[in-house]
Amino acid sequence: MSGRRIFTRPARSAAIAPYLWMLLFFLVPFGFVLKISLSQAAIAQPPYLPVFDLTQGVASIKAAFAALSSDNFRLLASDDLYVLSYLRSLVVALVSTSILLVIGYPIAYGMARLPKRWQGIAMMLVIVPFWTSFLIRIYAWINILQHDGLLNKILLALHLVSAPVVWLSTDSAMYLGIVYSYLPFMILPLYATLSKMEPALLEAASDLGATPLQAFWRVTFPLSLPGVGAGVLLCFIPIVGEFVIPDLLAGSNSMMIGQTLWLEFFANKDWPVASAAAVVLLMLLVGPLVLYDRLQRRQLENAR
Amino acid sequence: MAEDGRKAATDADSARREPQAEAAEFPLLRIDSVVKKFGAFRAVDQLSLDIRAGEFFALLGPSGCGKTTLLRMLAGFETPDEGRILLDGKDIAPVLPHQRPVNMMFQNYALFPHLTVRDNIAFGLKRAGLPRAEIDARVAEMVALVKLEGLAKRKPDQLSGGQRQRVALARSLARRPQLLLLDEPLAALDKKLRESTQLELMEVQRRLGMTFIIVTHDQEEAMTVADRIGVMDSGRLEQVATPRELYEAPSSRRIAEFVGDVNLFDGQVASREAGRVTISTKDAGSIVVAEPRQPITKTTVAVAIRPEKVKLSRRGPVADALSAHAINRLEGVVTDVGYLGGLTTYKVKLDSGAVVRSSMANTARLDMDAYSTSQRVVAWFTPDDCVVLEK
Repeated sequence: MSGRRIFTRPARSAAIAPYLWMLLFFLVPFGFVLKISLSQAAIAQPPYLPVFDLTQGVASIKAAFAALSSDNFRLLASDDLYVLSYLRSLVVALVSTSILLVIGYPIAYGMARLPKRWQGIAMMLVIVPFWTSFLIRIYAWINILQHDGLLNKILLALHLVSAPVVWLSTDSAMYLGIVYSYLPFMILPLYATLSKMEPALLEAASDLGATPLQAFWRVTFPLSLPGVGAGVLLCFIPIVGEFVIPDLLAGSNSMMIGQTLWLEFFANKDWPVASAAAVVLLMLLVGPLVLYDRLQRRQLENAR
Repeated sequence: MAEDGRKAATDADSARREPQAEAAEFPLLRIDSVVKKFGAFRAVDQLSLDIRAGEFFALLGPSGCGKTTLLRMLAGFETPDEGRILLDGKDIAPVLPHQRPVNMMFQNYALFPHLTVRDNIAFGLKRAGLPRAEIDARVAEMVALVKLEGLAKRKPDQLSGGQRQRVALARSLARRPQLLLLDEPLAALDKKLRESTQLELMEVQRRLGMTFIIVTHDQEEAMTVADRIGVMDSGRLEQVATPRELYEAPSSRRIAEFVGDVNLFDGQVASREAGRVTISTKDAGSIVVAEPRQPITKTTVAVAIRPEKVKLSRRGPVADALSAHAINRLEGVVTDVGYLGGLTTYKVKLDSGAVVRSSMANTARLDMDAYSTSQRVVAWFTPDDCVVLEK
């Protein structure tokens, strides 16, 4: 056997692996969800109709296909509950991502300008919250924000307020939780691009008459845009579908789509409507996902 | 002692270029006893230097000699710990880099990767707040100057190394600085391109009449482009001189060895008479040299002879009535012949065991007289070919 063959075979199968992964763990399940979203809810096991039964022959499968309908999607469009949930999700994601960018950029910028030996430590500090379970950290926030929690105790002790402030179950608490949880996802891609930037570029800008502020807006910021894009999308996409943080920290008067979905699925046992909501959510996020993929690819090309 | 050498060199130099020296009463740039320390390390140590307007000056030295630090102090990226830097008579220590009428061409060009060639060149002009029409005109002028027509819309990563170098030059010239600093501007180019670019740099400098300071570790490059060269070592200027002076009258052994090839013989002053000094050397017997302009003060000296001044012949030179008695003759055996095309280098092992290097131009295509290894020859040179070095 020639040496070439030995090396090309595993390489070829390795190239298939990601597609296989996508097929098994994304496309096939998505096929199920899509099918359920076109079905009707039923008091049965499973709780929807029709069911494809391969043992009943081709005719029954044809009948099952004929029974599929887009009623659920029409329901989503006609009922305010869903439309408002989607809108709220998008607004919350947009606002949170903006706050994240405003907070995360200076932190990443400061990290990238630290002496090299301090940068590793700073990086550790950003990642260290991940060592504790996400849920425990959110519960810790509940503890801090509740009526007789740490925050109110401090404010009262300092005489900044005369009575305990309601923090928990407000939008502020939810934004706090989201920003706190997602900050590393904003900082890390920003830090990655900022730390790669040649310091000589800033010297060149300054040499050519740019004030420090001009040098930042004309050179540093444009060159960090790939990192900004990656950070923004890395936060925006999962925040749109966020369920735990709004459920635990926000009030119950308005819901994000993740919460609505959970209600339909577990409380109402209406799998078809929940599936339809999930399909629409995915469609909403396809745009940002494609954008993210493009940014990543361009960065890979530039690195070459 | 470096002081003395430098002073002598500048005096001789200004004598040669009288008209220009008179035009500028006060130097464009005066570096006055500047010290820069990094911790305990003195990167630049009590360095003084004057540079005239319109001069092309090279700072030459090995890496780590402080030449880049000096350049960065001129640009404003480092501040001197002691001493003053006067530009046009004004101390520029408190002036921030972006306010100095000085521009720099960076070693790796530091082009803005997100901007086109045009926008790179226009960057400094926009910061200066020039009107749009003037910016466009100036960019066009610069693009033409460095011959980048047709490439103005490209980004730096779509350019070759040589083209990037031109963009960097155009960008640093666009603001018409009083002083242009060039930090190893040609180091990234291959040899052929480097040589042609050197000539272009000189032409640009002459055409614009600007003052250039170039930092380089390449002595050939410094000799080619510069009007004057300052040789730096350990944060100090060892000698400041014209290229010819640096080569033909180096002030120390170190410079003689750093700039070009040289044969060195240690010895003692034995006798002097009528403008001739006889030095008895350990390896080459007695060598007669011409009495230098500045009289020799020490007894222990070194005699330096450049290889191309050492001629070979089979029996020595034909006796000349006037100089025959003073011609130095060293006998030995050829051990090594290196044919380089234009010239051939020889190594001759003297009877004392020392080696003398000679290089001779190949002026004839068919050279019947070429020497071959193990041939016995006479290596000869005149007293005027020798330089006496006291340190």
